[in-house]
Formats: sequence, C-alpha cells, structure tokens
Amino acid sequence: MSEEVVIGLEIHIQLLTKTKLFCSCSTDYIGKEPNLNVCPVCLGLPGSLPVLNKKAIELAVKTALVLNCKINRVSLFHRKNYFYPDLPKNYQISQYDFPLAENGYLEISYPEVRKNIKVGIIRLHLEEDAGKLIHKGEITRANHSWVDYNRTGIPLAEIVTKPELHSPEEAQLFLIQLRNLVKYLGVCDGNMEEGSLRCDANISIRDKKTGALGTKTEIKNLNSFRSVRNALEFELRRQKKILEQGGRIIQETRHWNEEKKITVPMRSKEEAPDYRYFPEPDLLPLRIEQEMIERINKNIPELPEQRRKRLIKEYHLSEKDAQMYTDHSTLGDYFEQAAALFPDKKMLNNWIKVELLGYLSKKKINIEHSPVSPERLVGLLKLITQGIITGKIGKSILERMISTGQEASQIIQESKIKQINDQEEIKKIVDIIFKEHNDSIEDLKSGKEKALNYLIGQVMRYTKGRAKPELVREIIKKKLNLWNT
Amino acid sequence: MFLDRLSAYQAIDLVKKKQITVSEILQDIIKRIEQVEESIKAFLTLNLKEALQEAKDYDRKINLGEEVPPYVGMMIAVKDNIVTKGIETTCGSKILKGFFPPYNATVIEKLKEAGAIIIGKTNLDEFAMGSSTENSAYQVTRNPWVLSRVPGGSSGGSAAAVVADESQVALGTDTGGSIRQPASFCGIVGLKPTYGRVSRYGLIAFASSLDQIGPLTKNVKDCALLMNIISGSDHRDSTSQDIEVSNYLNYCQEGLKNIKIGIPREYFQEKMDREVKEAFDKSLLIIERMGAELEEISLPHTAYSLPTYYLIANAEASSNLARYDGIQYGYRSQDFHNLFSLYCKTRSEGFGKEVKRRILLGTYALSSGYYDAYYLKAQKVRTLIKEDFDQAFKKIDLLLTPTSPTPAFKLGEKITDPLMMYLSDIFTIPVNLAGLPALSINCGFSQEGLPIGLQIIGPPFGEGKIIKVAYNFEQQNEIEKKKPSIGEIKENKEK
Repeated sequence: MSEEVVIGLEIHIQLLTKTKLFCSCSTDYIGKEPNLNVCPVCLGLPGSLPVLNKKAIELAVKTALVLNCKINRVSLFHRKNYFYPDLPKNYQISQYDFPLAENGYLEISYPEVRKNIKVGIIRLHLEEDAGKLIHKGEITRANHSWVDYNRTGIPLAEIVTKPELHSPEEAQLFLIQLRNLVKYLGVCDGNMEEGSLRCDANISIRDKKTGALGTKTEIKNLNSFRSVRNALEFELRRQKKILEQGGRIIQETRHWNEEKKITVPMRSKEEAPDYRYFPEPDLLPLRIEQEMIERINKNIPELPEQRRKRLIKEYHLSEKDAQMYTDHSTLGDYFEQAAALFPDKKMLNNWIKVELLGYLSKKKINIEHSPVSPERLVGLLKLITQGIITGKIGKSILERMISTGQEASQIIQESKIKQINDQEEIKKIVDIIFKEHNDSIEDLKSGKEKALNYLIGQVMRYTKGRAKPELVREIIKKKLNLWNT
Repeated sequence: MFLDRLSAYQAIDLVKKKQITVSEILQDIIKRIEQVEESIKAFLTLNLKEALQEAKDYDRKINLGEEVPPYVGMMIAVKDNIVTKGIETTCGSKILKGFFPPYNATVIEKLKEAGAIIIGKTNLDEFAMGSSTENSAYQVTRNPWVLSRVPGGSSGGSAAAVVADESQVALGTDTGGSIRQPASFCGIVGLKPTYGRVSRYGLIAFASSLDQIGPLTKNVKDCALLMNIISGSDHRDSTSQDIEVSNYLNYCQEGLKNIKIGIPREYFQEKMDREVKEAFDKSLLIIERMGAELEEISLPHTAYSLPTYYLIANAEASSNLARYDGIQYGYRSQDFHNLFSLYCKTRSEGFGKEVKRRILLGTYALSSGYYDAYYLKAQKVRTLIKEDFDQAFKKIDLLLTPTSPTPAFKLGEKITDPLMMYLSDIFTIPVNLAGLPALSINCGFSQEGLPIGLQIIGPPFGEGKIIKVAYNFEQQNEIEKKKPSIGEIKENKEK
C-alpha cells in the first residue's frame, strides 16, 4: 500500500455530575418525562445567568490528568453562536482558544499482540450539552417537532485526538479503551447507545511517497463502537476508490447512515457555519489552582493498565487472570484485600475465580454483595492450609457460608463436622493411619517435614477434617520422639 | 396632603411613626398616575391591584403591632427589562409580548424582602437600545418638564415616572448611560453602580459586560437607600463581586474637606450646548466653595469610546438577543413554512429597526475574518480607556463632567439619525467601558425649563464618595427645588 490512513477523533463525554454545568437542575434525564429537569438558566430564559459547576471542573481536570494533558491555569469560556431549536440561547457555552487542558496522550494496547501505541490528545475542554429534538416522522419531512430540554446544560468534556490513528480498527480500539478509562475513573458512564459518550471521526489518506496529507472528511452520527469502525471502513473504501480513479476528495462533513451502512454528504467546507466565537461575558476566566490539581491527582485511582502490570508482577498472576481482575475492578479489589492476609496467592486466586465466583453466580450475587468477605474467605483457606479441613470440605463450607452468611468456624462448630479434641480418640486414629502409611513413617523418621504434614493430612481426611490439627501434630510428634529415643 | 410628592425615605419614616399608612401613600400615587400618566406614558404595565393588596397587608400588620420589613412605605417603578415573576416583562419589544417570567430578578427579591411595593413596569427603548425611549415598540414617553421633549433613554419611563411623582423611586439599567442620561433630562438623581456591585440576575441582557441595574430617585438620600437594598454579591451572578457593601446613608453628611476632583479636558473639546457648559461651570464653583480641590486632568483615549462601545455592546447584543427565536416564548410569526423561515419572520417582525441594526452590526463585528479587526481591537481599546481612568484616580478622588452634551431634545428630532442619537451618550459611555460608578444630579435648567445634569464619576466601588459629593452638592445647590407642572403645560406646543 502506498498510502497511509490518518484518523482523528473528537469525543464528547457526559460528565457524571449530579447537577448541570451552569445550574442546579438534575442531570438524571434518561427516561424522564420531557422538560422536567429545567429552570430559567438551562432554558435560557431572559435575564438568567450561568454559574459554573465546580464538580464538573474537577471531573474534567481528572480526565485531563489521566490523559497526560497540561492543565491550563487560566482558561476561558466562549460562546459558540448558531441557531437550532435544541439550543435555547442559540449559543452554546463552550471553550475555544483557551481550553481547560492541552497536549496529552493516551497509550492504548492491542489485546492479542502485546503492542502499545501512544495517541496524542490535542485538547480537552468543557461545554454544555444541547437538548433533544423529537420529530414527527422523518426529520426532513416532519411537519412539527418537539423539544426536550432535560439534557440541555449537562456538562460535556470534549476530547480531540491528534490524527494519529492509522486504521478503523485502531480508532475503534482507542475509543473502547478511552471508554473503559473514563468509566473506570467514574467521570462518565460511557454509554454510547444512550449518548453519554459520542464520537465524530475525521479521516484522510496520506500519500506515502510525497508524505502529503490528504483532504479529510468528517463523519457524524456514530452511535456505537461498531458504527465508528464500520463508518471509517466505508469512508476509507470510498476515498480510496475516488483516488484510484484519479478523483479529488472534497472536504466535507458526512452523515453515517446506520441502516444503509453508508456515509452521505451533510455539508461542505463552504457551508460550514461561522460560529462567531467570543469570550462569554457572563463568566469569569476559569482559574485552576495548583492545589486543586494536586488534590485531584492524589485521588486518581490506579489505572487499569498500571494495575494489570502490577498484578502480574506482585502476585505472579497469569496475563489472563490479571486482565480479569483489571476489567472487573471490584473483583480485583476483593482479590487484593484477601491477598494481603494470605500468603498463597495461587491458591487464593483459584478459590476466588473457581469456587467463590461459581457459587456466587449460582446464587446470582455480585461480588459487590458477596456474603463472604475477603477476611472470611481467608479464614476458610487458613483452615485448609492448616489441615483442619480438607479442600473438599472447604468447598462445601464455602457454599454454606454464602447461603447462611456465617463464618467458616461457626459452620464447622454447628455441624456434625465438629472437631475431635479427645487425645485418646486421636491417638487411636493416628495408629490406624500409621499402619496404612508405613513408608511415610520411614520418611518421618529420617526427619522429612513434608511427611509430617502428609500424615496430619491423612488424619484430617480420615476424620473428615474434624480432628484438631494442633493436637494431631502434637501426638504424631510425640510418637516420633518415642521412636527416636 | 400630596403623599405622592414624598420621597421614599420620608414615606418610610412617616409610616414608621404611624403618621400615615402605606395605603394612603399608594392611593395618592394612584391618583397622581390617573392624573398625569395619560400625558407622560411612563408605564407599560401597572401593578396597582397587587400593590394595593400588599399595602393593605402591611397596614394590617402594622396595626396589629406585627413586625414588618424595614422599608415598608417605599413605592418603586421597575424598568421593563428587569424580570418580575408573574408580571409581564417585555423589554419594550414586540418579541417579548405576553412573556410572564416564572422568576424574580435578584434585585426584585431584595426589594420585596425590604418591604418595597412595585407600582409597575416602565417604558424603555426596545432592549434598552436608545437614548430617548422612542424605540419602544409600545409607546412614546414624554418628558414631564416639556411634553414635546424626550425623557432620555433608555430608562426614560423610570425617570419620567419619578419626576412626575408617579413613583417615589425607580430602577433603571445603564449600559452606556441609560440611567444617567434620562436622570439628567428629567432633573433627578440616577446612579450607575460599579460593574459587579448589583446582581444582574434577572436583568434581560443587552450587553452583558456593560449592563448594570441602578436607582433613579428624587434625591440623593433615596439613591443611597435604594443602593443599600440592591447592592451586594449574588451567587447567581458570577460577575457580581464579593466586596462589602457600606451603609450608603452614612455618606449623606455635610462636609467635603480633602476631596480632590478632576475635570477631564477631553470632554470639552467637542461642541457642547452653551447652557450645559454654563450650568457645569457654575457647579464647579459651588463644589469648590464647599471645600473640594479642582484639577484638570487628561483621559487621552476618550475619543475612541463611542466606536469601542458600539462594537462591544452590539457584538454582545447580537448573541444575547439570539434566544428570541419564536421557539420557546414570546412572539412567533404565524407565517412560516420551515424552521429557517420561522426564525427569519419571527425576528424580522418581532424586533424594531434599531435592535435589528445593532444585531447586524454586532454579528458583523464577530464574523470570522473581521473579529480581530473589530471586536478584539475594541477590547484592547477598552483596556486603554480603563487605564486612563486608573491613572486619573491615582491623583484625584472623583471626576466631574456634564452628563449629556445637551438638555432633552425634541421628540422625533434624532430618531432618524442614529449617529446623532449615539452622540448624546458620549460622556456616559466611557464609564461603562471602564466599569466605574457614576451618578447624575441636576445642576440647573435651560431657559426653556429643561433640566441639566452633572455627572460625578468615581473609582471602582467608590459609590460612597460619589454619594457624599452629590449629597453636599444637593444641599448647596441654590436652584429652587422645582417641580414640573404637567397639568399646566399639557397643551403647551413647542414653537
């Protein structure tokens, strides 16, 4: 191939604040009756004024920091002027030449081949969302439309990447990993179908011989990760075909038709609106103090990629298991809390992913609501490693722990599997076991610690875990001393 | 008794002493309105029914010995670009006909809490764009002194209502002189506060970075009183400033020692009405006699004020007025076939000529390719103008200028010549660009009996100092406390 694909993305994420960007209306709008979450400010009623939501700033700064951006200590809000009924003031309060943050990057990884690529972030800025129009019939033929202002004024962070993505697949991958990231950080719920994460893409083909950038087209109306990839693939084919036939790409905005799986022209560069940006006089310049940046930085949780790497290094987990604990961060937290209390990480890992998750899923319980805390699971595992109970019994106890919410020791005490504390009784059992395992006794005599544990285990097994292991150990050792003297 | 002639502080005092009732004051004001409003046309909406009920409620409480708010007895008229819950608010525009706001402006909330009663909403140039109140879509307000003259603008209705005793006090708004120039033309006191002193929440924006709400009153004490009520920071207005509000009534005391006053020489280079100049010079003598020190100073960028103002104000206006589109509220053209024609027809039919002119000019100034040359340049010049004042206030305490180059002009005289009209704000506009406080007070009359205004400009948040000088000037001014005799000159035709 003599050409190189150049893709850039413009992503809008709805920030998870309780209230809107410039007023105290609720942001909880999905499924709500239209025009319920509104007030004079977000309706743009005459005389109303915007007041900036501090929480939105914090979430935007948090996102920008994770995207390795430089936070501008002073940024400005601008008015973007255009007429549309979903915009009650007929201007959108956005940021223009002095955005909140600039010059970052996000490192993404290909899941199969362990390849990482860095994608530059040009800027991140804050702006307000528009309302929603509902048309009677098809948009171009509707004889009337309704406006719902519930979404108007919900805080958005716009993230613009450098044109550094080199295939539709890579663009999709980037978007998914960015989505995972903002979801993980709790700044956005990342739901593309519901529009809490939106993406426009621009694509051009660079001539590799001359290195000249091709003319780009911008694609709008991408409502899923799949449509981002499909639309870009379509657009790439379309552009290639034009170039192969000696044609010229027109700089324009194109609309992705999800049903027909094609892009269609929306408006050309000449038709692009003049937004007449100017500084928003109703808001002061936004000043971000160093102290705020530091405070937010301190509270940023470990990122998935960092955690994945650490899990492998610290606990010697497999790539697959580390990925599982990273993708499912609550489960990861569970594992790490338990691991702090229990030395055998491999055993712990197996018990969590096989037994615990198995029983929980049978009962349709999330790990968040597990009746067995990490401490209690460790309590159970210790009983096993100490040989008090066998692994098999441990499994049935775990199942009962989940259904009753009791501790392992409690279950053992209450059930038939009560411990045998009687010295004489244990002595008798030890004698039986010794008869059956003569070779082990030889090992034991020659001082092999392993053999001791093995024999204890056999006693435990014989008693179905009911013998008190300390006592068993003591009795076996006594017998050994007797022989050795 | 003519209780309509009382100023607010007198009325409040008499009500406190139980010498008169709130209803008695209001009834006399209503009588006065019935008598003169037909000639003046100061009000767009009267709120008398509610006002009477409120007056009755206060009287009943006072009778029962219950506690009432501190300023009960105050009657106020409100310019119709300040939103009042449940009272139609039109901005003097057809496009907002039938708009009943669902909320109160912060200043209205404060006034209600203080016990003031709203008499009605006053006429203005559409969206406060104009200097004569002739741009109102609804009616022409006349100057109570000479009915064939304009009351000034854009707060012409508020100024006329106060001087005609149709209200004790009024609220106006000032973007380029819209409180001070009508105060000057009507011979009353009008103060534009420092930008950020009074909340703009609920003030229907013309030019957001210049607009301020302020009082129009019969005397300086009422001005101080009203400022005490409406000043202060507001969490709903990010541009309001959290600077302590002093009790402005404390500045209504005699004595002007150690005050240095500057006279900006650039303001006297343009042609100025002879009578205005004479009245101004006489005022200087009075103020000097009171103990103030006078000094000529320079504000070198004054000449650029007018073009700078019309670029910035119109640019902001073009965006602020975009929301009047016929979608949500207000006027909607019935004759449209798609969204674009709904916008075009609604706005073509709903806005008046001057408003459309300014929207077009402002849109042009912000357009891609012109932004740097017009809007950005204007912002830079605005900084220079502000710095002129900053320099001046290092040397002097206050500045004195005439408020307007002429007394009230004739109705229709300038309405067809926008540039001539714009020039009547030439002394007031720099103050808005610099965000400063300034007050206009009467300093004489022309031979025709038209009031002439003196403008006192202060440093940011220097309202107290301004009030002090204005109060002393008011006490010393030998001009007889005249009243317009509207009844007698009702039929007077200008030669």
